[in-house]
Amino acid sequence: MPINHISQTWHLWSIALLIAGCATQPSAPDAASVVAAAAANPYPSTYQPQAAPPTLFRGATVLTGTGQRLDDSDVLLVDGRIESIGRSLPAPADARVIEAKGRWITPGLIDIHSHLGVYPSPSVRAHNDGNEATDPVTANVWAEHSVWPQDPGFTMALIGGVTSMQILPGSANLIGGRSVVLKNVPSVTYQGMKFPGAPQGLKMACGENPKRVYGSNKKFPSTRMGNVAGYRAQWVEAQEYLRDRAEYDRKVAAGDKDAKPVKRDLRLDSLAAALEGDILVHQHCYRADEMAIVLDMAEEFGYKVAAFHHASEAYKIANLLAEHHVCGGMWADWWGFKMESFDGIPENIALVDEAPGGCAVVHSDSSEGIQRLNQEAAKAMTSGRLAGLDIPPERAITWLTANPARALGILDRTGTLEPGKMADVVVWNRDPFSVYALIDLVFIDGIVQYDRASLTPPRSDFMLGQPAAPGATP
Amino acid sequence: MKRALVFLALVVVSSDAAADSVLIRNATVHTVSTAGTLENTDILIADGVVAALARALEAPAGARIIDANGRVVTPGLFGGLTHLGLEEIGLEPTAEDATLKLGAMRPEFDVALAFNPESTSIAVTRLGGVTFAAIVPTAEAGSANAPGGTIIAGQGSVIALDGGVSTYSRALYLDFGSDSSALSGGSRAAQYMLLAQAFAEARSPTLVLAQDQRLLTPLGRQTLLEFIGGAGVFVFDVDRAADIRQVLAFAQREKLRIAIAGGAEAWRVAPELAAAKVPVIVDALEDLPGSFDAIGATLENAARLNRAGVKVSFTQESPESHNVRKIRQTAGVAVTYGLPWDVALAGLTRIPAEIFGIADRFGSIEPGRRANLVMWSGDPLEVTSVAEQVFIDGRLQPKRSRQTELKDRYLERVRAGTAR
Repeated sequence: MPINHISQTWHLWSIALLIAGCATQPSAPDAASVVAAAAANPYPSTYQPQAAPPTLFRGATVLTGTGQRLDDSDVLLVDGRIESIGRSLPAPADARVIEAKGRWITPGLIDIHSHLGVYPSPSVRAHNDGNEATDPVTANVWAEHSVWPQDPGFTMALIGGVTSMQILPGSANLIGGRSVVLKNVPSVTYQGMKFPGAPQGLKMACGENPKRVYGSNKKFPSTRMGNVAGYRAQWVEAQEYLRDRAEYDRKVAAGDKDAKPVKRDLRLDSLAAALEGDILVHQHCYRADEMAIVLDMAEEFGYKVAAFHHASEAYKIANLLAEHHVCGGMWADWWGFKMESFDGIPENIALVDEAPGGCAVVHSDSSEGIQRLNQEAAKAMTSGRLAGLDIPPERAITWLTANPARALGILDRTGTLEPGKMADVVVWNRDPFSVYALIDLVFIDGIVQYDRASLTPPRSDFMLGQPAAPGATP
Repeated sequence: MKRALVFLALVVVSSDAAADSVLIRNATVHTVSTAGTLENTDILIADGVVAALARALEAPAGARIIDANGRVVTPGLFGGLTHLGLEEIGLEPTAEDATLKLGAMRPEFDVALAFNPESTSIAVTRLGGVTFAAIVPTAEAGSANAPGGTIIAGQGSVIALDGGVSTYSRALYLDFGSDSSALSGGSRAAQYMLLAQAFAEARSPTLVLAQDQRLLTPLGRQTLLEFIGGAGVFVFDVDRAADIRQVLAFAQREKLRIAIAGGAEAWRVAPELAAAKVPVIVDALEDLPGSFDAIGATLENAARLNRAGVKVSFTQESPESHNVRKIRQTAGVAVTYGLPWDVALAGLTRIPAEIFGIADRFGSIEPGRRANLVMWSGDPLEVTSVAEQVFIDGRLQPKRSRQTELKDRYLERVRAGTAR
């Protein structure tokens, strides 16, 4: 593990002793392992779902997220997990049974591109926490340290069925910092929302934004070639950092008492972890030619790109992306808001999906769009059908569930309705691919987090005591 | 379902026009007029206008016949307050014309003169069933090095998406509230102060002021006076309930015809708006407190306004140049949150035509009206429906755009496995 090396510093030894202070006769290895755990996973998740009573849905149309549609089907949630799906499932004695005839059940929706919490509402200057736009490379910053858990946008996303989301730094920088995956649960601290065990991401950005932000101030980079040189220089340093640490480990293993530990560097920690695959690379990139350059660069330095975000031209290289197992995060219909999005077309998502092995993801990058990812998918599905592509609802739902889970490295835990997975479940009042669809219930880890009938969605502290708030009687 | 009235053409269809005539058979016609919705109805188009609207019409010799097979036909939709044809590409100063940055109040600034009917966005938008839209100026604050705009953004027009340069109607656009306090010396209170002075200057064309004391040029005074005299509607972009009340009071004092754009908290002032007969052009997706002016933002804004008797139309968060077609989705969301379906359709057709004073030509399907209409694959407010046929002035619009050409080029490559 690349980050364990800091356990060798004396300073952290002392912290370890404090942490282990209650143990009788703390031995050095124990203390070291505590330090190692804290160093490998500082700011750990404190999210622990309450015990969930079993819940059984009866007679729903179920889109499993695995490409299957099951009509008139039951879904059973037990202990916060999907227990089983099928017809006429026996109800456990203490189960809450929910009649779901005419309703549709899908996995919880997942947005791989959100700035909720880091660019929260209201968007006042004091909330401008998404871009550390003071240097083109800020791999040392972590978006989670900017997240304001009271952003009212989290609640609105919940009403839209979003159960997990990746919060990213903005795209001003070539390398903007680490992202965090959150579960959409109310919490005073972001740690209370942090998806347990989800890998962090590394946000990188192609094209216009970094070169505009820095180039307009006569700083590096000011061109696309400058952008690429900028990333490559960082990867070179990260490779050296890894090499130096491996060398140090080798010396220690050989009993070299004079071996000097490598000085820890937060920026290089992030980059090295990305090279080693512990942090997933998410790159904002619109143009096909630039995505191809990034794929070559990933090969040059031996890492993988998890997903290209915004990817307006992904359709032009749909087969290339599929062959590289890279997901494309896309909008249904945005285009033309900058030169690099001029070639965006509404068939983009459907075409990326059409390529064998393609991984199409509907993402939002918007506090509005994240509330109606289902409608974005419906538009993309409709455009695809018009182009002659056969896209049933059970296929389109994967763009909002399994595929984003794959891009975030959490598909083994959520993203589909398969036994053993987290009970992140959305109950819709009808076919979700409609402007008229409403969500009746959202479950996260088997717990009801939103119930339309109760009319009391969780409210952010910010909305309390506001005379103008929508809850007030006109 | 209202009574299926039979309308006979008031206009005479000349025989030589029959060659250009189109008969749409068997449609479900949402006229958005007093006639309501007409089932199994035929629409005869001749000379670019709706010549007749009735069941089982006789096809003139040579008429092109389209069987709607029960499909929905609506008036062509309104695209909202847009930068269509004013902004070819975002973030590129050479491709943007909607914002005046002279650092001076210039009501005479008219974006219609910059309108490019050949913008690639026109065909893309038209394919989405939008046949007319407002084009509007936007005010932006300046910086230390560069001048910006003022609270009077300038004049806009309505354009038809027919590829022509004609503009219809005039409107004056003003930006109020916290978004614009940088345009008024740091306080929204000064917005009324500045506007009052501009009005005073306009009303006293002979008033002599030192250059550093006056806001308007002679042409600006003339333009503003024309609007005060009723040349067009004043559109105030404003969100906070308290600000909307101040704008209403100002308009009442000055006897202005106004509309509210945005209006995130308009529902909280709904009775006053209804009493003053002031329509609201809402962003129906606005439900977050994006600023302290929009604490009351809710998806029920349109429904609540309508219940109070306020006329509602639609626009998007900020003037769209490229994704104008999304407007019908926003109306669909308003329906999901309580706005009656026909009221939402009217908000995309007849109501905006009324706001801009062009309802005699746009916004409804009636004999004698220009034949701007759309045949839909399904419910026009539904995201899975598409515009199948778009007629502007009776001409069937081609199903081509820069986007369809890109799609055609790459669809084959993806299918062949060569998109790389």
